[in-house]
Amino acid sequence: MRITVTVNGQQRQADHVWAGESLLYLLRERLGLPGAKNACEQGECGSCTVYLDGEPVCACLVAAGQVQGRSVTTVEGLAAQRVQQAFLEAGAVQCGFCTPGLIIAVHDLLARTPRPGDAEVREALAGNLCRCTGYEKILDAVRLAASR
Amino acid sequence: MKQLLQTRVTGGVGDSAARPDGALKVRGEFAFASDLWADRMLWGATLRSPHPHARILGIDITEALRVPGVHAVLTHEDVPGSKRYGLEIADQPVLAIDEVRYAGEPVAIVAADHPETARRAAARIAVSYQVLPPVTEAEDGQVLRHVPIRRGDPDATAELVVTGEYEVGMQDQAFLGPEAGLAVPAADGGVDLYLATQWLHADQRQVAACLGLPPALVRLTLAGVGGAFGAREDISMQVHACMLALRTGRPVKMVYGREESFLGHVHRHPAKLRYEHGATRDGRLVYVKARIMLDGGAYASSSAAVVANAATLGIGPYDVPNVVMDAYVAYTNNPPCGAMRGFGAVQACFAYESQMDKLAAAAGLDPVEVRIRNALREGARMPTGQVVDGPAPVAELLRRVQAAPPAPPRSDDPRLLPGGVGNTTHGEGVVRGVGYAIGIKNVCFSEGFDDYATARVRLELISGEPVAFVHTAAAEVGQGLVTVQAQVARTELGVERVVVATADTSVGSAGSSSASRQTYMTGGAVRAACAAVRQRLFARLARDPAGLWLAGGKVVSVDGVVADLAEVLGDDPIEETVEWRHRPTSPLDPHTGQGDAHVQYAFAAHRATVDVDVELGLVRVVEIATAQDVGKAVNPQAVVGQIHGGTAQGLGLAVMEEIQVVDGMVRNPSFTDYLIPTILDVPPMHVEVLELADPHAPYGLRGVGEPPAISSTPAVVAAIRAATGRPLTRVPVRPEHLIG
Repeated sequence: MRITVTVNGQQRQADHVWAGESLLYLLRERLGLPGAKNACEQGECGSCTVYLDGEPVCACLVAAGQVQGRSVTTVEGLAAQRVQQAFLEAGAVQCGFCTPGLIIAVHDLLARTPRPGDAEVREALAGNLCRCTGYEKILDAVRLAASR
Repeated sequence: MKQLLQTRVTGGVGDSAARPDGALKVRGEFAFASDLWADRMLWGATLRSPHPHARILGIDITEALRVPGVHAVLTHEDVPGSKRYGLEIADQPVLAIDEVRYAGEPVAIVAADHPETARRAAARIAVSYQVLPPVTEAEDGQVLRHVPIRRGDPDATAELVVTGEYEVGMQDQAFLGPEAGLAVPAADGGVDLYLATQWLHADQRQVAACLGLPPALVRLTLAGVGGAFGAREDISMQVHACMLALRTGRPVKMVYGREESFLGHVHRHPAKLRYEHGATRDGRLVYVKARIMLDGGAYASSSAAVVANAATLGIGPYDVPNVVMDAYVAYTNNPPCGAMRGFGAVQACFAYESQMDKLAAAAGLDPVEVRIRNALREGARMPTGQVVDGPAPVAELLRRVQAAPPAPPRSDDPRLLPGGVGNTTHGEGVVRGVGYAIGIKNVCFSEGFDDYATARVRLELISGEPVAFVHTAAAEVGQGLVTVQAQVARTELGVERVVVATADTSVGSAGSSSASRQTYMTGGAVRAACAAVRQRLFARLARDPAGLWLAGGKVVSVDGVVADLAEVLGDDPIEETVEWRHRPTSPLDPHTGQGDAHVQYAFAAHRATVDVDVELGLVRVVEIATAQDVGKAVNPQAVVGQIHGGTAQGLGLAVMEEIQVVDGMVRNPSFTDYLIPTILDVPPMHVEVLELADPHAPYGLRGVGEPPAISSTPAVVAAIRAATGRPLTRVPVRPEHLIG
């Protein structure tokens, strides 16, 4: 099938999309946007998080056909410099595979709750697995971004 | 002091320099191995054995070849070179030949124009199996290696005797970035492989042998690595992707899904451990007798080295005059086990630290006090007879975690109680406990292994400014090795601008990014290469090079600026390649286990505080304090990041992480069913970093990555025991161990 979708503000089109493909596959393999990551493809790890019509979703759990005519924002197109800079300064990036999903999750959290407490941050990021950092510096990064 | 000030450089050794790959990673523009793409690229898929043990009677690929979009279907008959590979013993078939020895073993591979087409075609390969009974218990398996250690009197007796039997479940590295790579056939008949790995040259050696090609025609380049933790030390998709690329003449990408990843890499060895500790009435150890059995699974991987670690480090950081240790690893038909952060030291630490708590109770001593009374010190001997000839601040680390600020009192906020946001309790049935543990780990490769790292450094003028180019084959896996390489070059060459080239096999081996060794080894190699560059540079000056140094783009001496670096360099860059080795080690005597087998020892201690809901069997780790001696914090921010991350993995083993293997079958190969700690599970950590220089190591540094993953597990379990009074002899601790 043919999918037409707005991605990062631009109208994009993909042809010959197989009905079983996910939004994650569409983005990574057909639209050249590999920023959303493929760690579990089961909705458990959050590394494929993107905005779909302004709501954060796991791109692996959305069928490509469901985004027809809708709007997707990926980490590549996100204006999240405050969050990104905080991640770098806090040392919240190691291997970086979880980072794009976390950038979107934190961006979304701070848009809803500009000054979250630690318990709120933990609850908001509970769907984003990180295997490298033990999360301490991710919390530091969120606190830093929220303070600016 | 004047000298020190002159040699300071921003972003050098000791600074928390920024990661050169950080900006790309936060923008989602860093190219991980699974992100690669090439024109006309095909996708590879793997058919795996559904049986833990079976004879292969026949493989029929006819139906798979008929699927439109399929370009190749290959079996063991198509392996051009060696049919088997392995890190230490070449016992693992590239594709199963006449027998499968574990569930998940690769049997055939497919290349197609869409990943789903490749998977569907693989499912149409008809394999005829004669199912055989699997060996699922290590005790029933063929012993791959036995490491005995004998020290002192094997018949020593003592007033206090404590015994225990312990069990460690199979842990997975669970890196987030799956196994992935892109193989591109080359015009010269060779292949270029872009991949995520821990050791490019070990892969190159094995891949070339299996392809029947000279290593020069098998060129490997490191793509972005999404974590490793030991799981990328062995071959996974490397040979398969190259075979498909060479057969089809097109680039082939292979990316494992999560379920396949659980089947496609080695795990931490499950262990059964029996210990007897004898001590005086005041808690001083007289002897330790131990028997460790590791389940190696179906193939050797690095099992022989893992069991040596379990044996040599198996009584912990304690001074014990009499030791009888027998550590074994055996083949079974369970998934193959190999390297994972801590590498044999983890399993033993859970057992010996559990024993130390038992001993404390028997002697009526505080758990920290009994450890301090037996603590290893500099100058003491290990059970192998090796003298610990660097700082061994075991007692100091224990005192530090004991003196750390206590965890906050129990909260009324249900989110901060066991069960957390599940809102399962308001505090009823919740009890608190505190536990301690300390561990020991070797750094670098041991037992006489020729362990080296290669670095190429070039100093040249770019637009009039001196720039250092650093090129190694060392794998950046997330730990920050690219940062460290740049820091070393800045410090040694006194230049701000350093470019670290992509790691590949066009430069000599750096060894593996494992054994907590790369800052020591590749850091040491870059330092040595810089020194060689410096020597040639100074030789261009018409004066005695003694006392000269490089700082701020100048050649300086104690008297001031000698020359401008740009003028000395001119149009003539200086490049040096150095192969650097740590001090040699010795093999272990096969009967007594005596020998100076290890390069360096590293230590970390943990204190854990837990709340346990004894009605529901739920645990919440409230706080962890840890102290570790790192010799020299080359990058303090990255050091603390390693300590946090390792501690969290140890917490995972304590309370949630286990690959469930039933009758040889993995029952939980997904992140839905194999649980790793989330941000709700990992508590705030209090980290203390000691910097007691090791005189044998570059900058005095000590490997950092593994020690934090060793003692956090027993500390958490000790805290749960303190809270509940239950014996808890197995990790991970499950809810049913805590209720009823």
